[in-house]
Amino acid sequence: MTTLECNPPMDAQRMLADLDLDHFRPSRSTANARRRKDRLMRALFTAAFAVALIPLASVLWTTLTHGIGRLDLGFLTHNMTGVIGGNPTAAGGYGGVLHAIVGTLEITFGAMAISIPIGVMCAVHLIEYARDNALAKTIRLLVDVMSGIPSIVAGLFALSLFSMIFGPGTFNGLEGSVALALLMIPTVCKSSEEMLKVVPDALREASLALGVTKQRTITKVVLRTALPGIVSGSILAIARVIGETAPLLMTAGYVVTTNVNLFSGQMTTLPVYVYQEYSKLSANCPANAGDMCVPTIPMERAWSAALVLIVIVLILNLIGRIVARICAVHTER
Amino acid sequence: MPGNDLQRAAVDEVAVAPIPKGTDPGEARRGRAADRIFAGLAYGSGLLILAVLAAVAVFLLLRAWPAVGGPPDAVDAVVSSFTGGRFASLWGYVPPLLFGSVLVAALALALAFFVSLGIAVFISQYAPRRLVGALNTIIDLLAAIPSVVYGLWGGLVLVPAIYPFWNWIAGHFGWIPLFAGPAANPSRTVATVALVLAVMILPIITSMTRDIFLQTPKLLEEAALGLGATQWETIRLAVLPFGRSGIVSASMLGLGRALGETMAVLMILSPGLKYSFHLLQASQSQTIAANIAAQYPEANGLGVSVLIATGLVLFAITFAVNYAARRLTGKAAS
Repeated sequence: MTTLECNPPMDAQRMLADLDLDHFRPSRSTANARRRKDRLMRALFTAAFAVALIPLASVLWTTLTHGIGRLDLGFLTHNMTGVIGGNPTAAGGYGGVLHAIVGTLEITFGAMAISIPIGVMCAVHLIEYARDNALAKTIRLLVDVMSGIPSIVAGLFALSLFSMIFGPGTFNGLEGSVALALLMIPTVCKSSEEMLKVVPDALREASLALGVTKQRTITKVVLRTALPGIVSGSILAIARVIGETAPLLMTAGYVVTTNVNLFSGQMTTLPVYVYQEYSKLSANCPANAGDMCVPTIPMERAWSAALVLIVIVLILNLIGRIVARICAVHTER
Repeated sequence: MPGNDLQRAAVDEVAVAPIPKGTDPGEARRGRAADRIFAGLAYGSGLLILAVLAAVAVFLLLRAWPAVGGPPDAVDAVVSSFTGGRFASLWGYVPPLLFGSVLVAALALALAFFVSLGIAVFISQYAPRRLVGALNTIIDLLAAIPSVVYGLWGGLVLVPAIYPFWNWIAGHFGWIPLFAGPAANPSRTVATVALVLAVMILPIITSMTRDIFLQTPKLLEEAALGLGATQWETIRLAVLPFGRSGIVSASMLGLGRALGETMAVLMILSPGLKYSFHLLQASQSQTIAANIAAQYPEANGLGVSVLIATGLVLFAITFAVNYAARRLTGKAAS
């Protein structure tokens, strides 16, 4: 290794010699102490990350190992009719989550149908029309605040709304959809707003200059350009609400049969199913029931349903991210 | 940008004024009508956000009213049936629940705060750039797991696994009132719940503080490094002070989330209604959110009103916490 000597001019050197530089020089012990502290902090920061990995790995691993046992085709294609205690059903299985999957899909779809148009149009208003006026600032702030509403409060809201309109004790899928939509709107609005922001103004101006009306400019040019981002934002919002339990517990209810009608009757969803099975603790097995009766079956069903739920959530997340990455808006050439 | 707006206005003028030959004037009129309808729809959606928030407050108030202004005897009967006779009025019922909510959420925040700050610093300052994407994905994954799965895991895996640890704590630190023994077995206690909630709010605090740390001006960091500061000193002198308001607001958002979390608490905690700081003992506290979910199935009309009244308190608190947090970030950004 070669080193470059840098000699200051002579007079400057003389001035430096007069100064007692040793006075300012860090002593070896303080330098070492600082170095040690630096290393210690680096270790602590890395350890913080490792600490976060423990619960994640544990949750995923236990759900996988506990859940895989009962997860078969029968589990996915049967509902809970005819399930008595820990005994197998007439069909041969121990019940399943078909009704919960149907309910989850329909209720989530209902929430999508309500929240995505509102969320996207709200973002359009904020970016294309209002820009930065006082109302827009208020709406932005409240959208942020709304994203912090506890899910159970959203459930209570849907419950109050429906019980005042349709009378007390109303349970149906749509009620659950309304509760979930309340949780989804802020997420959809925020992510759509971010996406509309990055659409280059040149596109808007080019379209307007061609004599295209503002509405057509927004729907055919701006939203078209931002579509992949909006889609991925919406998918991530769905992934967030699809695992919600508390609001559905009090709005959509719980049944053992498959209900395909979103507008009437109670509906089971996967998270609620997990909770209900968990609350059963164990199944009743009379002494003469024989080997086919499994007293621990509720917990096994809960784990399997949790596994199905996690897989759905992860797949949705994955799709959302892939859509976002592949179709990202290119603002620069 | 005023110049830009002027240009835009000009473009708007051109877009509507001359109708080139050969185009149908009816179509232009329809276009203008569609324009107005679309603008109205967008405006309406914006206002709907405000309306929905107002509606949440109004409907909860309307539905909770019977519990506040209704016949006191009936309300008291409902409350004492909820509490097994421990409390006989709404005003006695809400405070211990509120205490439980705040206690659990504050503990969760205390546990999550340093870890998430550490992770945020690790991702933004230490991690090799190639790994950053993967590390962020891991944090997102932690956020993506549904709360009911955390509850299931907490109730069936963590509760039995952590008992020896709490027992050890109670044995060695029992002289601190917080950790007074005997540690409950199964440990369906405030301490365990706070631990699970800490895991659940960790990704929120981490991702927000990480974004703030990444915005630290490079000049500040380089100035500190140039003066001979070690990496830790750079973080302490430049990164953390720059992100202070962001850190505070991220923690408040985490606190808001922990206050409203239902399922994990419901599935793990053995509830009680005491003003108690005995974190390792069972049946000490209950949170508002978990209490609503637990009592709801057995509640009659007036019972639901009582529960909604408690929900209204929760709504007010989380609203205030979130509002304060967002105002803080708003100020930091401008």
